[in-house]
Amino acid sequence: MKTIVKYVLLDLFRNRIILVYSLILAVLSISLLGLDNNPTKGLLSLLNVSLLFVPIITILFATIYFFNSVEFTELLLSQPIKRNTVLLSQYIGVSFSLATAYGLGVGLPLLFLVSGTASLILVITGILLTLVFCSLALLIFVSFKDKTKGIGIAIAAALFFSLLFDGLLLAFIYSFSDYPIDQAVIAILALNPIDLGRVLMLLQLDTSALMGYSGALFKKFLGSAAGSIFSIICMFFWVFVPLLLSVRIFKKKDL
Amino acid sequence: MISIDTLTKSFGKFTALKNISLQMQAGQAISLLGPNGSGKTTLIKSILGLVIPEKGTITINGHVVKTDWNYRAQIGYMPQIGRYPENMTIEQVISMIKELRKDVKRYDEELIEGFGLDRIKTKTMRNLSGGTRQKVSACLAFLFSPDIYILDEPTAGLDPVSSELLKEKMLKERSAGKLILITSHVLSDLEGIASHIIYLQDGDLMFYKSVEELQIATGEEKLNKVVAEVIKKSIPQTAVNP
Repeated sequence: MKTIVKYVLLDLFRNRIILVYSLILAVLSISLLGLDNNPTKGLLSLLNVSLLFVPIITILFATIYFFNSVEFTELLLSQPIKRNTVLLSQYIGVSFSLATAYGLGVGLPLLFLVSGTASLILVITGILLTLVFCSLALLIFVSFKDKTKGIGIAIAAALFFSLLFDGLLLAFIYSFSDYPIDQAVIAILALNPIDLGRVLMLLQLDTSALMGYSGALFKKFLGSAAGSIFSIICMFFWVFVPLLLSVRIFKKKDL
Repeated sequence: MISIDTLTKSFGKFTALKNISLQMQAGQAISLLGPNGSGKTTLIKSILGLVIPEKGTITINGHVVKTDWNYRAQIGYMPQIGRYPENMTIEQVISMIKELRKDVKRYDEELIEGFGLDRIKTKTMRNLSGGTRQKVSACLAFLFSPDIYILDEPTAGLDPVSSELLKEKMLKERSAGKLILITSHVLSDLEGIASHIIYLQDGDLMFYKSVEELQIATGEEKLNKVVAEVIKKSIPQTAVNP
């Protein structure tokens, strides 16, 4: 497993898209933090940028990468190696390189401009989101044979979680506003990794005016610490459930 | 060496292989023939464990393919399309495969030198032509001197000189008592290499005979004429007795 991860990383760290992704994140971080003297506002803008771009870029890049390396996967599988090992090594390679790109692109500027717990949480949020959407990409890869279809589903999944889900949630809150639905809303929020990331960050910033409905709910019911732990645990579920499903499907997949 | 017993595989409604039973022995060079979509690649991939059969079993030197993945150490596989991670160099691809196979200490690097890959080993895979990538695939298949070679269209993208070199290598391995399974549409390339012919059509095994047998039966000398003759004869027959 170590060998495959090593060589996948060797390939990916020379990949231009990864380099450009990291650079763009760095430029965005520096300019957003430099725009305002208030670091909280800068962090919030950076959070919104991350929540918008990290999921879609991660899922698209990872899906395309997995589909493009089908022939390479076949070659590896013609060696005496277990299927799980090959699949998981590729997952680790892709998610690690994307997470590093985010960590360097956003983390380094933050370290120099606004170092603190809130900045650390932002980097962790971005890395967790990267892991989640890589897992989803892997699940898409093992579930579909056709590359075009797979990429289509990947785009749809990213758009669903970043746009459609919140719309549906708002409609739900609006139509049941006469009932005590606060706890139901928290449960529903756990179904969207992007919302979990947002809550995790907003609980840190402690700017109640900017927190919005979901953040306020989390704070009210769980408090800052419990809320953060809850959302991190949910995020880990979002990483491991698709990953385990992928491994199970891949065992029986025809290549 | 390879024993296939009532192998059946279908993809949705399409049946790619129907009840195939075969025995392949060491020292044979078997040419796997058939029109496009006749199930050749599915058969190869089933042997490699890349396609999971619905029915039937494949046994390789006593190892059952379904349960025991270690049997693949005995197979050298050269795929039809060789695509590698774009930013890896030839050297890195080869050393990766070597590192994955720590059990083997002696490497057969004859082809790497023969193809001149050692001179361009720092080139990345992205910058290689289709033929050169094919050469890399060939080198990897022969690297560990396995007992069984599975070569999917090995000479398709190669220039005449390299193709000749690869053919010589195949002959050498065959006389060393290895089993070679080749698919190729270029029958003249298999002249003098193939000892047996398997012909598949629409997932059915039409025949599995030695080349001499076929030569006597058809009265032809050249492999492509032999095959053309046999196919002409065998197709109406099966149409009558399915």
